Amino acid sequence: MTKLRFHIRFPEEKIPEPIIYQIGHEYQVVTSIRRADVRETTGWMDIEFSGNTEEIERAIDGLREKGVMVDPIELNVVE
Amino acid sequence: MAHKMQSLVCRECGKEYPTEAIHVCELCFGPLEVKYNYEEIKQKISRSAIEAGPLSLWRYLDLLPVEGQGSIGINAGFTPLIRAKNLGAFLGIDELYIKNDCVNHPTLSFKDRVVAVALTRARELGFETAACASTGNLANSVAAHAAQAGMQCYVFIPSDLEAAKVLGNLIYRPKVIEVEGTYDDVNRLCSEIAGERRWAFVNVNIRPYYAEGSKTLAFETVEQLGWRTPDQVVVPMASGSLLTKIWKGLNEFHKVGLIGPVSTKVHGAQAEGCSPISTAFKQGRDFFKPVKPNTIAKSLAIGNPADGYYALITVAESGGVMETVTDDEIIEGIKLLAQTEGVFAETAGGVTVGVLQKLAKQGIIKKQDVTVAYITGNGLKTQEAVVGSVGRPIRIPPSLAKFEQTFGQPGEA
Repeated sequence: MTKLRFHIRFPEEKIPEPIIYQIGHEYQVVTSIRRADVRETTGWMDIEFSGNTEEIERAIDGLREKGVMVDPIELNVVE
Repeated sequence: MAHKMQSLVCRECGKEYPTEAIHVCELCFGPLEVKYNYEEIKQKISRSAIEAGPLSLWRYLDLLPVEGQGSIGINAGFTPLIRAKNLGAFLGIDELYIKNDCVNHPTLSFKDRVVAVALTRARELGFETAACASTGNLANSVAAHAAQAGMQCYVFIPSDLEAAKVLGNLIYRPKVIEVEGTYDDVNRLCSEIAGERRWAFVNVNIRPYYAEGSKTLAFETVEQLGWRTPDQVVVPMASGSLLTKIWKGLNEFHKVGLIGPVSTKVHGAQAEGCSPISTAFKQGRDFFKPVKPNTIAKSLAIGNPADGYYALITVAESGGVMETVTDDEIIEGIKLLAQTEGVFAETAGGVTVGVLQKLAKQGIIKKQDVTVAYITGNGLKTQEAVVGSVGRPIRIPPSLAKFEQTFGQPGEA
């Protein structure tokens, strides 16, 4: 079981959509939200995905296809 | 005496952790930073003890996150604080200083400070391999320090990085891994690798210690000013960490009784082509929106800055501002610094000088303010940025007559 942590951001038009719920249904991953700030025009979450590595990577691709931006929890690793 | 490092503490929820190689709160995923036992440190530290210390950043050992002595990067820091009379006269500032990390040891940028601290701590924690993901200065510094320390070294770079920057790493014989994909792909992969390996990834699992090295810029500034704090400082922002740590350093000197209360205004400088933090500041927002960088100031080109939120808080707390400059203004800033003070800075220095000039013009920095501008890297590293802007040599045949035709007879000039 792999656990990976991400900082994800929602564009304004995606804020009303239940995206985390959808990801949990579409992929074999367990999601755990630790911090979030969702407002009218912007939103982000710090979230942990548990599952096997390939399935987590598929879920990340799925999030990106839905228009969600996915970064590592550290934000900028490359300096 | 109890340990000077009390714990690692979450900047968001306050949960404390042992001082190990961890960087994210297990509870809320907030970033961790070092918490010190200031009362203990206060009993020991003094101006005279610091002044008698080594001519490097390790003279501030009592306020650095290591348990023993500095063992890696022992010559880093204690760079010149230059009284910039010519530039000051040009800008209308009576007492202007340049903190010149262009000449930091061994790789000519301020990264030598953070890497010296990070790898010294990494060694204390038992690591034998250093690693980083970088597009320039950080990779240079990690590779050089690892070579000197006899550590294994892995450097991750995006596959489209310029050849000269790759060469600057390969000379130290680290393992350089070119990662295919976009910046975001490289960023995420490196985070995942850092989570899997027992490596000292300096700006990931060692980040709480690494970032503390930046405080030494503030410590040196105060000492070199004769134990005074400046009225105003201008700091370039990439991740925003440097700015927050300069503020932390100034205030730590007050906490341990070396100086009085701090009233320094801390100003942040970014390139217009990558200004997520400055834009948030100007729009009065408490959060920043990540951007795709598009600027010649590559060393500041972080579109999703880890400490952006904390930089916004710091600038507001100190009463400072944030400002941006265009790429043309960056080049003008580099030239202005070189032509007034003889200091050739990399593009980040052009950002700092450009913003300094704007703040002086706007009256935010006043004539009588003791002002320090932080120049964080050497211009020899980014010569391509100015190559089309500095003119050409004057070509003459090897003839005295031709020389005199061009420059006149002796005594005429």
